Amino acid sequence: MLKQIEGSQAVAEAVVLCRPEVICAYPISPQTHIVEGLGKMVKSGELRRCEFINVESEFSAMSVSIGASAAGARSYTATASQGLLFMAEAVYNASGLGLPIVMTVANRAIGAPINIWNDHSDSLSMRDSGWIQLFAETNQEALDLHILAFRLAEELSLPAMVCMDGFILTHAYERVDMPTQAQVDAYLPPYEPRQVLDPGQPLSIGAMVGPEAFMEVRYLAHAKQMQALELIPILAKEFKTVFGRDSGGLVHPYRAEDAETIVVAMGSVLGTIKDVIDEMRDGGVKIGVLGICSFRPSPLAAIREVLQNAKRVVVLEKSLAVGLGGILSTDVRMALSGLQLQGYTVIAGLGGRSILKSSLHELFRKAGADALQPVSFLDLNWDIVNRVLERERHSRRSGPIAENILRDIGIVGASIA
Amino acid sequence: MEMQPIKFYQTGTFTVGNRLLGEDQRAVQANMQRTNSLNSGHRACQGCGEALGARYAIDAAMRASKNQVIAANATGCLEVFSTPYPETSWQIPWIHSLFGNTAAVAAGIAAAMKVKGRTDVRVIAQGGDGGTTDIGFGCLSGMFERNDDVLYICYDNEGYMNTGVQRSSATPPAARTATTMAVGDHPGNAFGQGKNLPQIAMAHNIPYVATASVAYLRDLEYKVTKAMSVRGARYIHIFVPCPLGWGAASQDTIKLARLVVESGLFPLFEAEHGEVTGVYKIRKPVPVEEYLKPQRRFAHLFGKQPATETIARLQAGADRNIRKFALLAEAVAHE
Repeated sequence: MLKQIEGSQAVAEAVVLCRPEVICAYPISPQTHIVEGLGKMVKSGELRRCEFINVESEFSAMSVSIGASAAGARSYTATASQGLLFMAEAVYNASGLGLPIVMTVANRAIGAPINIWNDHSDSLSMRDSGWIQLFAETNQEALDLHILAFRLAEELSLPAMVCMDGFILTHAYERVDMPTQAQVDAYLPPYEPRQVLDPGQPLSIGAMVGPEAFMEVRYLAHAKQMQALELIPILAKEFKTVFGRDSGGLVHPYRAEDAETIVVAMGSVLGTIKDVIDEMRDGGVKIGVLGICSFRPSPLAAIREVLQNAKRVVVLEKSLAVGLGGILSTDVRMALSGLQLQGYTVIAGLGGRSILKSSLHELFRKAGADALQPVSFLDLNWDIVNRVLERERHSRRSGPIAENILRDIGIVGASIA
Repeated sequence: MEMQPIKFYQTGTFTVGNRLLGEDQRAVQANMQRTNSLNSGHRACQGCGEALGARYAIDAAMRASKNQVIAANATGCLEVFSTPYPETSWQIPWIHSLFGNTAAVAAGIAAAMKVKGRTDVRVIAQGGDGGTTDIGFGCLSGMFERNDDVLYICYDNEGYMNTGVQRSSATPPAARTATTMAVGDHPGNAFGQGKNLPQIAMAHNIPYVATASVAYLRDLEYKVTKAMSVRGARYIHIFVPCPLGWGAASQDTIKLARLVVESGLFPLFEAEHGEVTGVYKIRKPVPVEEYLKPQRRFAHLFGKQPATETIARLQAGADRNIRKFALLAEAVAHE
């Protein structure tokens, strides 16, 4: 059924269709509307046979999910940013225990300085946690990926994050096609784990594993993600059969077949990039884009296949590996191992900085002329940055960066002092 | 029911031996049909109070629930000594997740049981004092506040023993630990304000709170059984001596667990919905020195120049407990 609704509400309704049995809620922007929607639907009776638990922290949210999932209940929670970091220990634990929890991450920057707006720093910080990470481009895909994620997670006995851009998707009202309960039931069978906490069959879970077996356990965790690489396209195909549309999958190439320049990106910015590419194609520029849906597992072969005939690759990412450059770029480089391609990393949109079409036009034009630095930052205010760097050349480098900027430019902070 | 004719004497106490009781009143452990939830062969130290407390507590809970128990366990000695992969001593469904999230994991299990209609299955969370009073405190308070249907048992050995005897918020003043060494002008742990978890639990007005000690095992079994008869969040705080961490003889575990109660340092009580409903009366109060002296963690108090001022402060704490909880038995109180 077609609906014009907020992204968060669309996700909440999709999650309800997946019949979760335990939902943990702890507020953090920009994911709050999702759990608010779920709480209402549980309380009103729209979703029966479900415990909705208002926990006291994100660490607890993931921990309650762990207990519920280990006891055989389909479990869901949502978080973002600081919340994801606060639950980090339990995030790793959930995957180590092989529990197919599904969690929405409404991607948001990490402080300090505190910032509630969108970038991908939060879920990418959990890159090696053993969770599957699927990135949504649109609200329709965000909705669909939740249904896919439960299926994928439970088939593999691995937890999955559905990552959607905070505010840009979560708070945007868009048209979505909401599936029927019958469709979801046909696609997603009930959760029936092999090992559960059951007094009828006592079992110890979570024992201390020593050096004699730990490597094997870790390898098998890796092998599960490799299995996911095979399973994700199969499930996407099946999804299309049941729901009648393309969603999920490993990667989404767009106008990339004959492209000399291929941009790589994740999430909602792909829409803007596609518009720019259409305009540049109209002007005869051979440029395309590769959207990464599955960040983990990393679809190295699929990425390589799309990129190998290009002349250059521009990875545009909303995350920063401080002291290195890009996070997604590093994965892409690995996919291109041995190929002599020009590679550029562009850090863009951190903390919600708008990524404008005009900026992208300029960026891609420079890339086409191979006039980009290996690592660059889109629309950085160099006046501010250079002023701070200049001062630091001859005075002490101390204190919080944001507040130091204020001292340098002589407003607010200086007037208080 | 098959019974083992146990000759059960505890000298120096008023504890009634099993042989003097009717079969229906005998301890769970006296029954050959006990579940041995924490089976033999685990790797606890000789004289471990925690292993003893856990076996009694979980067996009592098993009997009370007709063997329908699931337990979540915090990281710590109990977890490490009971489950060195691929072995386990647990005869019950058991999960270890993390150090600080046990109450939340248990809440999740309870939610799963509720949604699946398995209300016969009872959920227990257990951990040491570090996992309870420090790192797991937030999750525990949340579980209390929501009144989740979980019995949380804290085995309090007054420090981080698994990591090598460091101070926790349950470590008593003046005690030597690896992070509060017996050196300097104020040797041992500082006199803080204390962190009384049973009373903090009571402040949540949860249905049942109790303290117990492994010297009073029938009292412990009674309190676990009582807790299992109630729904909602429940808390039992069990005093469990640690011979290794305290520098005490292995055979003194029960003695120390008794002296801590008889000195007034660790009051035994139970409370319902935030109000004390019963206390274990002390019949022969003992000075705190009797409890402190056998433990090397307090040895610096009894050197060539005894730390009389410090001992007096510890005694004052015990006296305060005795007053506050009216711990003295009538006959003694009137002397």
